[in-house]
Amino acid sequence: MAKRSAPQVNAGSMADIAFLLLIFFLVTTTIEKDTGINRKLPPMEVTDPPKVKQKNIFTVQMRRTNGKDELLVENDYMDIDSKLKMTIEGRVVTVSKLTSDAVKFLDNNGDGSCKYCDGKKDPNSSDNPNKAIIYLENRRETSYGAYITVQNELLQAYNILRNKRALSIGPPNGFSNMNFLQMKLNYKDPRFEGNKEKLKELIDQIKIEYPLKLSEISK
Amino acid sequence: MPKFNKKKDGGLPAISTASLPDIVFMLLFFFMVVTVMREDNKLVKNKLPDANQVEKLDKKNPISYIYMGEPSSGYINNSSSESENLKVDRIQLNDKLASLEEIAIFISSERAALREETVPFLTVSLKVDKNTNMGIVDDVKQELRKVNALKINYTTGQKEDVLSNMN
Repeated sequence: MAKRSAPQVNAGSMADIAFLLLIFFLVTTTIEKDTGINRKLPPMEVTDPPKVKQKNIFTVQMRRTNGKDELLVENDYMDIDSKLKMTIEGRVVTVSKLTSDAVKFLDNNGDGSCKYCDGKKDPNSSDNPNKAIIYLENRRETSYGAYITVQNELLQAYNILRNKRALSIGPPNGFSNMNFLQMKLNYKDPRFEGNKEKLKELIDQIKIEYPLKLSEISK
Repeated sequence: MPKFNKKKDGGLPAISTASLPDIVFMLLFFFMVVTVMREDNKLVKNKLPDANQVEKLDKKNPISYIYMGEPSSGYINNSSSESENLKVDRIQLNDKLASLEEIAIFISSERAALREETVPFLTVSLKVDKNTNMGIVDDVKQELRKVNALKINYTTGQKEDVLSNMN
């Protein structure tokens, strides 16, 4: 009998098998979304609402008529699609009118007590960021998608102001080229090589200087 | 003894690989049948809205999920007499549709499963379909306030264009 060498394993079908497995896992795997907007609900204790001057309130109302979501800002209808150009951190950025109006309102500095604001000091708008409250009213029939869009635009207004503040007080404290969001990311990042305690102080300071005062009501 | 001599010369016989695919397919089918994804089976439609000012949900803290949306086809309660009632938005806790009152029980059972020191950090992730009415979301938020589960997260996708949420 002739001498036979070790036989080759036929690997021709391995590719098919691997593809089958791959397709199986592709189909069954769902990538969980793990991003979102964090909020803290107010506790249940009933406290008397503080007296707030009308000019310190920025009202955003959400209505729903004929299956369409509508937005009323300071009692005027506003199209959520309407965009404006704004200079943020030295760059011209397109933001929604809602965001830019909220920024103007929060940063107005009507009583001049806010040293870091550069608003217009309009006497008919908010006194200072600490007093400025955004009032968001939604109806039961408002769609959740629209609600999230409005929440997102209002949060963006706060983030714009906080980023601006972070860029101005960051460098003297040794955190240059870092806006507020990056500061928060760096604080959570275990590889960040900086003074985390100082960074935390700075984040808290900015949060106090531009507090997120959002009052929500459902009707 | 010629019989023994023959064998010595023979070398290794060829292994037939013809049955290999069958074996692997059998394994594959076995795993396909046995595998259960741990993730909650969604009984409600769950197309999340998008936002661009998002933060990452901190996985270090315990998270409980509450799903809300229109029930998927197949989970619509057909015994209900009114046909308009069929498409009412529902709450899903764990693997079943639940009523509003069950949220308090759900949160307390979620808390009972946690180590005591992590209980205050429990975040409730609200996974709400974008076509859901805000009414039910507000009701759920009220219930969460009642049981003092105040840390919430509106879970969303991450996309620059937020206007696609509107319809």
